[in-house]
Amino acid sequence: MGLKGEAAIVGVADYKNERKYTGPRHFFTEQFADLTHRALVDAGLNKSDLDGICCTAIREANMFAPATLAEYLGLKVNFAEIVDLGGATPVGMIWRAAAAIEMGICQAVICAIPARPIPSNPIPSPTADDLRFYGSTSANWGSPQAEFDVPYGNVAQNSGYAMIAQRYAALHGYDERALAKIAADQRTNAQANPNAAFYGKPASIDDVLASPVIADPLHILEIVMPCAGGGAVLVVDKALAAKSKNRPAYITGCGERLESKSMTYQDDITRTPVGPASQSAFAMAGKKPADIDVVEPYDCYTITVLLTLEDSGFCAKGEGMKFVNEHDLTYNGDFPVNTHGGQLGAGQAGLAGGMSQVIEGARQIMGKADDRQLTRCDTALVTGTGGIMSEQSAIILEGG
Amino acid sequence: MNNTSLSVLPPMPHPTPTTEPFWQGLAQEKLMLQQCGDCNQWVFYPRTHCSHCLSPNLEWQQVSGEGEIYSFTIARRPTAPPFAGMEPQYIAVVQLQEGVRMNTIIANATESDLKVGVKVKPCFVHTPDAQTLLYFELT
Repeated sequence: MGLKGEAAIVGVADYKNERKYTGPRHFFTEQFADLTHRALVDAGLNKSDLDGICCTAIREANMFAPATLAEYLGLKVNFAEIVDLGGATPVGMIWRAAAAIEMGICQAVICAIPARPIPSNPIPSPTADDLRFYGSTSANWGSPQAEFDVPYGNVAQNSGYAMIAQRYAALHGYDERALAKIAADQRTNAQANPNAAFYGKPASIDDVLASPVIADPLHILEIVMPCAGGGAVLVVDKALAAKSKNRPAYITGCGERLESKSMTYQDDITRTPVGPASQSAFAMAGKKPADIDVVEPYDCYTITVLLTLEDSGFCAKGEGMKFVNEHDLTYNGDFPVNTHGGQLGAGQAGLAGGMSQVIEGARQIMGKADDRQLTRCDTALVTGTGGIMSEQSAIILEGG
Repeated sequence: MNNTSLSVLPPMPHPTPTTEPFWQGLAQEKLMLQQCGDCNQWVFYPRTHCSHCLSPNLEWQQVSGEGEIYSFTIARRPTAPPFAGMEPQYIAVVQLQEGVRMNTIIANATESDLKVGVKVKPCFVHTPDAQTLLYFELT
């Protein structure tokens, strides 16, 4: 059961991450078309090869996003999917595309996430903008979060992740330098990625610890920086993979786990859903953690990386801080993690933030990671995290 | 800090027909929880169906509200614009002795009081909006 590894990533595209985007503004339909064009060019394939589309919610349409996008691109597709898993969406898109291809209902699926600002609306809708500061928390009437999270201030992401870190600290101790090292090592990786928001701005462990505490114990440099950007990944069948000009990155394993919306109701907030997701991916691919050449874990916060390394089986529960201290997480190191800088080093372009991890894993396998290219990279584990570690996805990529 | 005076008013809950008994209980300084008539498990937040066995046979029971801090944070920047002026926010998740967890704020405490596992009890905060919020304080 599971994926047989017959679908591959053969083309990727991403926009430079920019904290203050000043370029021309385009709608999501337009950005989606541009990202798709770039991914096809990267792969050396044509629009006529495409027969599947996978997207997120778009700003221009509250419903029917796949139809809106497919029509705009002039596509007739056999697979039309929208994924709504927060930061787990990109990884969730890739395995759904691979599964549809393996079922034989389509041959090439574009998975794209625009995340640049759209043109200013001459008829602004105040309600949508007013509620955006609640982040992943829904303040709509009837939503349990509106009633039982919002009045107490446990809104958006910082407080939830901070509480996960606090409970972890109470159970396992807390070496703040180890957590800061995750951010610092990834920032080092970002220095080899000109598209990173923090390119040209290295930060040391001491810099991270000297930055302001936002919600105990999280420093601001342990939290992603929002930015503009966007990313696309082209997933195709074996026949098209053979025609592509890139080394294919086959999707050989996947897993997904969703346990709650608020972290408040998780069984154990220090054991995250990426555990079952990664175990499923490893079992499907017939791999174990030691077989992985590069790990591209979703990294909205440093604690997310720590718990992902533990729960995916790279070290035991409670050993993550020791593991991080004993390994060099940079692209020159013995255990490379988020070689593009991750979202902590490269910035978080909305939902496309998690796509950066998929793209980097594929680029490392394709041998197209420029100055940060690993000398050998045949296997990658990529994870995605939505909400407050409430939903997580994992895929394993293997070079063809 | 005494953070029950509410010089800044947080966004208020808007009860639904299902959750109304919970909020009415708080107004009378009673903590009402749902218990499943079939599997006997406790349910929070209020629902139409049991989150353990999906039975619709949920019954309201008054409980003491005694519990402990499951986790907490001190938000030194407002977690959203409506909370500006309330920082530092002593945000916590409390686990009641019935096993359910809920979001709350720890009242009448100092920073060093906030620890995972510390015993707490309810602190009913009546707001100028005639709503009652459920904060907790150390026992």
